[in-house]
Amino acid sequence: MADLTTAIAVKESTLTTEHALSPDSGPVSDDMVFQTRDLSVYYGDFRAVRDVELAIPERQITALIGPSGCGKSTVLRSFNRMNDLIPTARVDGTLLYRGVDLYADRVDPVEVRRRIGMVFQKPNPFPKSIFDNVAYGPRIAGIRKKGELNDIVEASLHKAALWDEVKDRLSASATGMSGGQQQRLCIARAIASSPDVLLMDEPCSALDPIATARIEDLMAELKNDYTIMIVTHNMQQAARVSDRTAFFTAEVDIHTDQRTGLLVEYDLTTTIFSNPADERTENYITGRFG
Amino acid sequence: MTDVIDDSIPPPPLTLDLLAGPSRRRLKERLISAVFFAAAIVSVIISVLIMFSLVREAWTFITGVDWGVTWGEAGWFPRRGLYDMPTLLVSSVIVTVVAMLVAGPLGLGSAIYLSEYASRRTRSILKPVLEVLAGVPSVVLGFFALFFISPQLIERIGRNAWLLIGALIIVTYAAVVALWARRQFAEATVARAVIIKRVVWLTVFVAGGLLLAWWVLSVAGEADAFAVKRSGQLAAAAVGVGILTIPLVASVAEDALASVPRELREASAGLGARQATTTVQVVLPAAVSGIVAAFIIGISRALGETMVVFMAGGAADAAQFTSSPFDGGLTMTAGMASLATGTDNVVGEGLTFQSLYFVGLVLFLLTLLLNIVAGRFVARVRERY
Repeated sequence: MADLTTAIAVKESTLTTEHALSPDSGPVSDDMVFQTRDLSVYYGDFRAVRDVELAIPERQITALIGPSGCGKSTVLRSFNRMNDLIPTARVDGTLLYRGVDLYADRVDPVEVRRRIGMVFQKPNPFPKSIFDNVAYGPRIAGIRKKGELNDIVEASLHKAALWDEVKDRLSASATGMSGGQQQRLCIARAIASSPDVLLMDEPCSALDPIATARIEDLMAELKNDYTIMIVTHNMQQAARVSDRTAFFTAEVDIHTDQRTGLLVEYDLTTTIFSNPADERTENYITGRFG
Repeated sequence: MTDVIDDSIPPPPLTLDLLAGPSRRRLKERLISAVFFAAAIVSVIISVLIMFSLVREAWTFITGVDWGVTWGEAGWFPRRGLYDMPTLLVSSVIVTVVAMLVAGPLGLGSAIYLSEYASRRTRSILKPVLEVLAGVPSVVLGFFALFFISPQLIERIGRNAWLLIGALIIVTYAAVVALWARRQFAEATVARAVIIKRVVWLTVFVAGGLLLAWWVLSVAGEADAFAVKRSGQLAAAAVGVGILTIPLVASVAEDALASVPRELREASAGLGARQATTTVQVVLPAAVSGIVAAFIIGISRALGETMVVFMAGGAADAAQFTSSPFDGGLTMTAGMASLATGTDNVVGEGLTFQSLYFVGLVLFLLTLLLNIVAGRFVARVRERY
């Protein structure tokens, strides 16, 4: 694993290469929130994803799309070290978060996750009250004053477009809400820790179209304050909400029959959907496979 | 795929016989089903017969006994016609409470470790070991309680009961200070927070130091500290029962923890919670009914344990009423066991023999109640997820 100085050196060299974005697709510079280089994720000896080269710009929505089994969720989870929870998972290559190597030895995953929040595929509120769900992050960060917690909870629920629906029943159990409300609560809960980045792992896959539309509207709002990365299996969703899109696909090893994901193309969403550079991308977005 | 259906041969006409199949097969099915039904019904009949004999003899006791001798007498002296129930009940409660003080924290602790912390490798070693502990014959534990726990642990604490009380006071004091500090921190300025921190640490050190000094002095004061004595007390038996109960509590509690969805742990970790925070704030509250069930099942097990209390409880045949865990005493189970031995003495002495069944019935009803309550809690865990 590279230490901090080599990591920064790597970062500078990445900036000069042209792998990330074409010149007219926005600035490639220090305001990139994440930069990866040769990122691979392994489960034991099995390489699940390889050669991920991404530069994620600030306060934009970046979508990761691709057929199932292409490792897009695995990649997303390496951005806040959630993969650490899987004992055999291992990351190879460089992942810089605002210039700092996220996988340097001294980095505490707990600190990383306080800055880089996550919303999961299935709404997963704690079996606690609505208030306690949202206040969970601030509380574990050491905020105990009632007044301060009240303010944070209210602001977070406002931002998640949930306040008006729940303001009269903050002490009710969160598990009694509808799926869409639960997912917005999970977004409020993630926001309450005042993160820098929000990672969303197929946040609408368990929701109906109306709830999905609400979450998508919400993402457009949230992008003013947060850098957002979203994994979605829904191409229309990626086209609707994201500024940039990374297309992943899977290659099958004919000897072991194992699928390894890889990044095919990463560009402005409009480019990916109107004029993709790679044939595989075009085949996927036109519905010829996946 | 090639077409395997050959059109040239017409299929045979379908008849009812074809669909009915050979009658021999149906007969076999019925026979097998009957065998298993017989096995089930015999088990039920045996249980009912046990209940019947229990209730019949107990009824003889209930209708025949002078109720004055079952309450407020000097103790449990069945051969002299004194059947003081509080003697047995209080001893049983003492044993159960002390056993759960051992099995509760250790069982829940092991469950948390196995479910939340242990790597797959560690788990694959530790879990079978814990299951072996569950298989230790209680007579072995009884022997251990009598010849080790009793002289080495309980007698020392018993002779220094003030040490125990002192330790409890110190621990309570430290806990109160810690709780106070936690409250204060919310409103504290930086300077005050530093002072509070120092007060807490000082308290912890002073309390720990005093406790250690007390312990050292008390052990040093005994010249024959390591001499083996054969005696036995309720507390010694209770610690033995507690050790026997650990695997049961651990296994039920671990099931409860394992039933908490992984998504909740991920949600907590994703918010920057440490493992310990996730366990205490999310996993334990979500599993609370299963953990309560584990404790109740443990209590039920401790209440019913016989051999350890019989061997190490420090009383045989009869016992004076006592409310101290450091005395010898008879629990309900140990009382029954002593009555059931030496049968030629028992039979023919009024209701002595029947008292055995009466105690058995009381124990049965208590255990049944506890198991029903525990079952309710387990069902609640299942419903929620």
